[in-house]
Amino acid sequence: MPIPATIEVLTSETFAILEGSHVIQLTGQIRQQASQMGMSLLDQTKLSTAASELARNILVHGGEGKAQLECIRSNSKIGIRLLFSDRGPGIANVEQAMQPGFSTGIGMGLGLSGAKQLADEFHLTSVVGEGTTVTILKWVND
Amino acid sequence: MERIPILKMGQFLLVTIQVDLYDRLALDLEADLVGQITQLNARGVLIDISAVSIVDSFMGRILSNIASMARILDAVTVVVGMQPAVAITLVELGLSLTGVYTALNVEKGLDLLRIKTGAAQAVSTDADSSDD
Ligand SMILES: Nc1ncnc2c1ncn2[C@@H]1O[C@H](COP(=O)(O)OP(=O)(O)OP(=O)(O)O)[C@@H](O)[C@H]1O
Ligand SMILES: [Mg+2]
Repeated sequence: MPIPATIEVLTSETFAILEGSHVIQLTGQIRQQASQMGMSLLDQTKLSTAASELARNILVHGGEGKAQLECIRSNSKIGIRLLFSDRGPGIANVEQAMQPGFSTGIGMGLGLSGAKQLADEFHLTSVVGEGTTVTILKWVND
Repeated sequence: MERIPILKMGQFLLVTIQVDLYDRLALDLEADLVGQITQLNARGVLIDISAVSIVDSFMGRILSNIASMARILDAVTVVVGMQPAVAITLVELGLSLTGVYTALNVEKGLDLLRIKTGAAQAVSTDADSSDD
């Protein structure tokens, strides 16, 4: 499902994800933004946990990359959209990677499937040898 | 260098996680706990995560690792104080804290530790008393 074209980006901020502390800084920013927009504590927690998984995947599997934090509006709804991108090795078999429990590393294989579950929308595009981009979205007043 | 303090309470160790764990801090905590369990002959580990706002698969793995290492050393691990939003998120994430007992708060966690370690009579009246 493509994200509808009617989305208007209100603000956008980009964060480099180069080391573990950047993940913590990012999730802190997301939480602050989400709380300012009136997102419930539970949804803030879901969104920042999903973000933590995806930012960590950049470090563990992609090497380094960036995260973009956007406040968006679509009709009467406002929300937060997050884009995670890296120029790492990419994912050869996306379907397999999305399976809960599948990991090519020492992880539990819950990051991608979990992030999809926690977000309102989830998109992953990956090209082997070029990198991976994951976009998630959570509405404030869905 | 930042480190997470480990307090001794009788036969148990108490750890309060006040900051988001990044890799080195987590690894240090694992190592420190193993060292302290061995050195002090601790029977139980109580980990208070009431100040933790995100438990992702990384953090979940750390908690499970601590529990399984403690178990090898014959100590029980109880995680207490998980925020409700964090608990709900964990379930949606599909994360189960393998080998980790959970309790509502420190007091209930101590009760559970006493039961699990068979230390019910020995320390039930005064958690701070130590016989050594
Ligand atoms: N940004 C990425 N670049 C390359 N491969 C990735 C990326 N993100 C995920 N993958 C691949 O998808 C698999 C599944 O990812 P997922 O986050 O679900 O699990 P994990 O990272 O291995 O473990 P966990 O997240 O539970 O600690 C990974 O093992 C890895 O092979
Ligand atoms: Mg992962």
